[in-house]
Amino acid sequence: MNIPGIKAIFTHEMDRARRTIFQSLVSPVISTSLYFIVFGSAIGSRITEIDGVSYGSFIVPGLIMLTLMTQSVTYASFGIFFPRFTGTTYEILSAPISHLEIVIGYVGAAVTKSLIVGLVILATSGLFVDIYIAHVGWMLLFLLLTAFTFSLFGFLIGIWAENFERLQIIPLLIVTPLVFLGGSFYSVSMLPEFWQKVTYFNPVLYLVSGFRWSFYEISDVSVMISLGMIGTFLLICISITWWIFKTGYKLKE
Amino acid sequence: MPSFISIENLSKVYQNGHIALNGVDLDIEEGELIALLGPNGAGKTTLISIICGLVRPSSGSVTVDGHDIIRDYRHTRKLIGLVPQELPIEPFESVFKTVNFSRGLFGKTPNPKYIDQLLSDLSLTDKKYSQIKALSGGMKRRLLIAKALSHEPRILFLDEPTAGVDVNLRKETWDLIHRLRESGVTIILTTHYIEEAEEMADRVAVINNGSIIVVERKTELMQKMGKKQMFLELQQPMTQIPEELGDYDLYTQEDGTILVYNYETTRKRTGITSLLKDLSSMQIGFRDLRTEQSSLEDIFIDLVDERVEVLKHAESKYASTG
Repeated sequence: MNIPGIKAIFTHEMDRARRTIFQSLVSPVISTSLYFIVFGSAIGSRITEIDGVSYGSFIVPGLIMLTLMTQSVTYASFGIFFPRFTGTTYEILSAPISHLEIVIGYVGAAVTKSLIVGLVILATSGLFVDIYIAHVGWMLLFLLLTAFTFSLFGFLIGIWAENFERLQIIPLLIVTPLVFLGGSFYSVSMLPEFWQKVTYFNPVLYLVSGFRWSFYEISDVSVMISLGMIGTFLLICISITWWIFKTGYKLKE
Repeated sequence: MPSFISIENLSKVYQNGHIALNGVDLDIEEGELIALLGPNGAGKTTLISIICGLVRPSSGSVTVDGHDIIRDYRHTRKLIGLVPQELPIEPFESVFKTVNFSRGLFGKTPNPKYIDQLLSDLSLTDKKYSQIKALSGGMKRRLLIAKALSHEPRILFLDEPTAGVDVNLRKETWDLIHRLRESGVTIILTTHYIEEAEEMADRVAVINNGSIIVVERKTELMQKMGKKQMFLELQQPMTQIPEELGDYDLYTQEDGTILVYNYETTRKRTGITSLLKDLSSMQIGFRDLRTEQSSLEDIFIDLVDERVEVLKHAESKYASTG
């Protein structure tokens, strides 16, 4: 095991976050605060409680998930895309480091960064609304699994993307809409029946639902189904990553 | 005992069908400096990319220090440092951090003292904390050399170290490579500048169209392949080469005042004695005489041309038969 190698990649990635602290930490915190002001205060004051939870508190898990997913994808995709863009991948590919170790370095750093941002947002939320966490262990598990899955997903995008536009297109056109339509800001039961059915095809619903359950013990679907869904998605990402390294897709001639 | 680096029957066909390497065999000994000399697109970069792990070979094998480069990549890659042809860099990192990163990537625990020494050897000490994007082209190249040496490798690959580099910087780079070689590092450099190979290499491997045409010690190559020319400064200009001298490879220069004789040092008889005898019997006097050895450049052009001729011949034969 090339431990110094994993450490080098990890530190290198964390350094980048430190250099761009505004982009990596301050900006998600600001945008989350904006969501609170608009959704929580302005609109939320006109919405009655959902399943006994005030609207402002209700959206906290969804907001954290929104940030966690988009940031995981952004960090991890950029982390591997940037060396490809500058040409510095030659060094990683010629180093005595296994594919697994490369993934641990890059994805590990992306997970760490997005977890930090997620927890900072949780703390920020506490300034705006009352938060109650019923199952801390489950909450952390959902945070970790989601961060890991989406970081891996981001890593794949970073390898697949040929340019900056492609790098942005998946988070913008797929991840963000799925999160918005996945019950982050509402309970699925509030939708007409047809749209409820459509929503069940959205994988994000299961993550947000499970995560919200760990806070308030209210959920749209059972926790086990949530866990099963995220596990499935994680397995898919792991398989694709394994395939990429086996075939050298877009990395080696 | 296999050589330090042993390349056997190595071939690479790219997905688009381009044959970059075609059955290359090459043995490299520890501590030597070998130049892979060839025109652009000859397969030099592909060859070193395979050894470093950037390109997968289509067939054949390479061992480094007795270990297979694919099966035992951890062992072989630790021994190798690579300085690529382009200048790929992370613009916003600092010089020290990027060298430190390379060292870690190659499995070595941090050693700031060693890196400081390295930066000092490469005259980068005062740029230690600068962002890479602020460096000049020459400094960036030295930085890439520092990165390649960060994990104390025993083999250094330099892919076109002086391509697109001005004269001063080229001289500087050559000095640096000489110093590295003295420290015992095995160096493989690719170049299409003959003078670079001539200046530095112990051995020269001439590569063209994916095949190694010849591998020789530089001095032997020049001796063996070398043609010499004898220049005779005539007392009276010669308008035409006399028929009696038709057996000699002769021509005149500078309005017939200089007679040039081409001969090969590989032949037992160079023909100089008989030519001079013949000249004196024809009463052609000369004032001065000098000889010149052809450079590696001439040898190289001869080799590459010869190869092209052989290929053309084979092709036309193939076309006519079938």
